[in-house]
Amino acid sequence: MKGTSFYSRKLHSLLGIIPLGFFIVEHMLTNYSAFEGGKESFDSSVKFLNDLPLVTFLEIFGIFLPLLYHGVYGLYIAYQSRNNVSNYSYGRNIMFMLQRVTGVITFIFVVWHLYTTRFQVTLGNLTHEELGGHMNEILSQPIFFILYVIGVVAAVFHFSNGLWSFLVSWGITVGPRAQRVSSYICMFVFVIVSVLFILSLVAFTGSEFEAVSDVVNSAAALING
Amino acid sequence: MAETQVKSKMVKFIVTRQDQPDAKSYTEEFEVPYRPGMNVISALMEIQRNPKNAKGENTSPVCWESNCLEEVCGACSMVINGKPRQACSALVDKLEQPVRIAPMSTFPVVRDLVIDRSRMFNALKKVKAWIPIDGTYDLGPGPRMAESKRQWAYELSKCMTCGVCLEACPNVNDKNSFIGPAPISQVRLFNAHPTGEMNKEERLEALMEEGGIEGCGNSQNCVRSCPKGIPLTTSIAEMNKATTKHMFKKWLGV
Repeated sequence: MKGTSFYSRKLHSLLGIIPLGFFIVEHMLTNYSAFEGGKESFDSSVKFLNDLPLVTFLEIFGIFLPLLYHGVYGLYIAYQSRNNVSNYSYGRNIMFMLQRVTGVITFIFVVWHLYTTRFQVTLGNLTHEELGGHMNEILSQPIFFILYVIGVVAAVFHFSNGLWSFLVSWGITVGPRAQRVSSYICMFVFVIVSVLFILSLVAFTGSEFEAVSDVVNSAAALING
Repeated sequence: MAETQVKSKMVKFIVTRQDQPDAKSYTEEFEVPYRPGMNVISALMEIQRNPKNAKGENTSPVCWESNCLEEVCGACSMVINGKPRQACSALVDKLEQPVRIAPMSTFPVVRDLVIDRSRMFNALKKVKAWIPIDGTYDLGPGPRMAESKRQWAYELSKCMTCGVCLEACPNVNDKNSFIGPAPISQVRLFNAHPTGEMNKEERLEALMEEGGIEGCGNSQNCVRSCPKGIPLTTSIAEMNKATTKHMFKKWLGV
């Protein structure tokens, strides 16, 4: 078929920003509510999302299917390059390599993250209200905390640098100056979003997110003591 | 009188060789007497004159291609100390020694440093990198090109199809059908021409076919490597814009 990869690659580029880029920012804001307002604020953010109209439709067509396409086709794109950073150690070539490396890391991380959270809710092993406590359980283990930081930073880098290439691939930033300025902006986005994500990871390790039974126990201990 | 012959300074070359297109490559070392101002081509000529390797064994002379010897034809492109460039403008005085020379292996190797760049010329045919004016009668003078446009278009016309940008590109390889940066920039050149512009859709559509512009992954090695300083990444982004517009125009116009 003529021109197939032009359109599939364009779609891949578009989906990375709309809706996936918006989703990652939304996810960051929701998580950050845990840092800013604690458990109560996080729970109300989760409730707000779940009360959205057509939430299942939004999840399937706004997140899951775009994620699946972008992830699987992205792996194929990563496979199609022969990285040559050792011979051409230019900044943008390093970013090119990192875009593919972080893409693969993000893919693995997202599969794991989805399996342990959203998929467990689907299976009925977990409710939306218990997610905060569940994250606390996972992130209290130092190894998982480190894996989460790596996964989150990789995902945010992939998003921010992907935003830069999106602007080039759609012919929005054309000249070298425009591309340089947009790279500064994208790296600023990377730093800010990463920091906010990591702060929310730290917030989830806080005692207020410990499972309710523990809260009851400690309250009981307080009263008795 | 006692003989006071001073051993002349030697320059060492490590050449990646290959006897046949499908043969395995190997390296052979050569020592060539230093001459002031020598370039890689003159060293290869010296090896041709006296085909002995560094161990003093007779060997076959190293094959290479060259024509203009002034960096405008692109024939002598090879990988010199890890970077693709023209051997004629690679002055030994400015190179780290020993000098490592290898063929641009992104292309099929014919023999030693001789490569087959046919894919580049096929790509130019694919994107119709010419201006069709042939006909049965005189078409008269074409529209004029603005001087401000001519100035940047001239820079694009310096492309000598040398293949350095393809060699440097991580997406031009055996797993990928990407045509490479050079022909994309040529589409921009011929679409900028007032007469060439009349067929611009044909060229844009060629870029939207398999192996076209979508193969670019923005590593920007091309613009860093181009010996003629052609703004390849600007050309690619400009063509990204043009193909995107063309895509919507086609969708909404039919």
